[in-house]
Amino acid sequence: MGNALIVFDPTTGPPIAQRVQAQFEGRLLRGYQEGLQQGFDVTAEVAPSLLAFLRNDLGCTCLVDLTAVDYAKYPEAQPARFGVIYILLCPETGARVKVRAFVADSAPRLATAVPLFAGADWAEREVFDFFGIVFEGHPNLKRILLPDGYRDHPLRKGYPLRGKGERADFEVYRAFTG
Amino acid sequence: MYSYDTEVSELAENVVSVNVGPSHPAMHGTLRVKLQLAGEKVLACEQEIGFLHTGFEKLGEHHSFNQFITVTDRMNYLSPLNNNIGYALAVEELLGIEVPRRGQVIRTILAEMSRIADHIFCVGLMTMDLGAFSSVLWTMIEREKLYDIFEATTGTRLTTSYTRVGGLAFDLPEGFEARTRQIMDTCEQTLGQLRDSFVNNKIFLDRTQGVGVITKDQALSFGLSGPVARASGVPLDQRAYRPYLVYPELDFSVPLHEEGDCLARYLIRIDELEQSIAMVRQALKLLEPGPINHESAKRILPSKDLVYRDMESLIHHFKVVMPGQDHGIHPPKAELYSSTEAPNGELGFFLVSDGSHSAYRMRVRSPSFYNYQLLSHILPGHMVSDLVAILGSMNVIAGELDR
Repeated sequence: MGNALIVFDPTTGPPIAQRVQAQFEGRLLRGYQEGLQQGFDVTAEVAPSLLAFLRNDLGCTCLVDLTAVDYAKYPEAQPARFGVIYILLCPETGARVKVRAFVADSAPRLATAVPLFAGADWAEREVFDFFGIVFEGHPNLKRILLPDGYRDHPLRKGYPLRGKGERADFEVYRAFTG
Repeated sequence: MYSYDTEVSELAENVVSVNVGPSHPAMHGTLRVKLQLAGEKVLACEQEIGFLHTGFEKLGEHHSFNQFITVTDRMNYLSPLNNNIGYALAVEELLGIEVPRRGQVIRTILAEMSRIADHIFCVGLMTMDLGAFSSVLWTMIEREKLYDIFEATTGTRLTTSYTRVGGLAFDLPEGFEARTRQIMDTCEQTLGQLRDSFVNNKIFLDRTQGVGVITKDQALSFGLSGPVARASGVPLDQRAYRPYLVYPELDFSVPLHEEGDCLARYLIRIDELEQSIAMVRQALKLLEPGPINHESAKRILPSKDLVYRDMESLIHHFKVVMPGQDHGIHPPKAELYSSTEAPNGELGFFLVSDGSHSAYRMRVRSPSFYNYQLLSHILPGHMVSDLVAILGSMNVIAGELDR
């Protein structure tokens, strides 16, 4: 109690963009600045090494969030259908970095981030549950919010708001409806 | 399929598998914890979530930006105002607009009052989980008073839906300032009672000290945020390091504890309550007359009074509400992650806009989701009764977990 106000200036942190660009010369799809947040687009193959570099060398030790976007119906063309988004935080400087890893449509696969960030465990399960993206090497990749026997991935574009009738598979529902 | 017949089963000699929840008097919401017990001792633990799953993120892709505000109420039902404000700030950042000064001050005051309502009830519930009962009634009385103010301001007690994109639904009611000052005084007294009754209480200390310890490294690696992380020595509070609204003008400190146990999580909430009370008092002094909504009439819902009386406002209301490319709020094609400090920690909204009247992808980063997954790592080795203490100190909200 009574500690001084902790204020960071994200611009005084380590020059993340320059270091990443020097290290990943030619392997980044794009680098950009969104407000105070730096962003890098990469392919699924480059993502694990970029995440490891950000964590081990640039101090981004905290995974704030991990999610995915299905760009199937997005009006602007993207490098691949799925984008897996990592929001990282550097606790020393307060700097934030966004990494967007593009994953192809056919059998989407990506290496897991659990060895780097323990918090990726449930977040990757959630992405697997809702988008059907498989995280290779994940210790326990199974559905997290939907029932195990669910047949589809509801946050993919094209999945209807009212569902596809999966409810009829549930034992409890059948017991009530006969 | 889950069956209650298999709720208790003997696995090996002296090892019993027990389910706590999803409907259990000691559970905070629809959570289920599968325990492997040797006597009273927990050998392993697995949490199962999803019993409440309501598909809020999918709804976000079909609701317009203003419609989704009613959905944000239901994520954390102890502090809906913080969710309203966090979401409205994210959409405003996407649109590139800022609420006028009075709107910002009102949002700050209500965000802090909502934090007080959440924290005070959380500490009350935690003491109740550990055997004390009067304390939860003290805190409930305070929460009821705060809810009275929310009702006078927003029209409802629980599902407030108070913000609009670019402003607020209504201005403050008459007598708001005097009544708020009065409630802050009584909250402070209750805080004193909570401190006096529990900080030196042997039973309470035995049940919380050294129980459910989360180290600083664990907190960072699991992406913990809010009071749970700050009780483990992570000095991060977005009100301080990424200030929004009028927080830069307020004088406050970030409470920090190093122990990372249940007691530290209890104490940090008490400390934060004191800070929040001080912040509300300071912010009340910043209240000045002025507009509460952004001036852009084509993007902001006009006030209901005007819609009933004024043709121009009726047209604007129609244009903002109706879907379609020619009407409503159309942010530019962009992606954005915006976060605020909700009572439980970092509440983030990741919005992808394709230029239409609703989000292309709506992701909610809820603090409970990241906080709760640590349970299976810290619970083994503890007693069954410690599960209740640890859960109470983490303040896991099922609505926020399942979204």
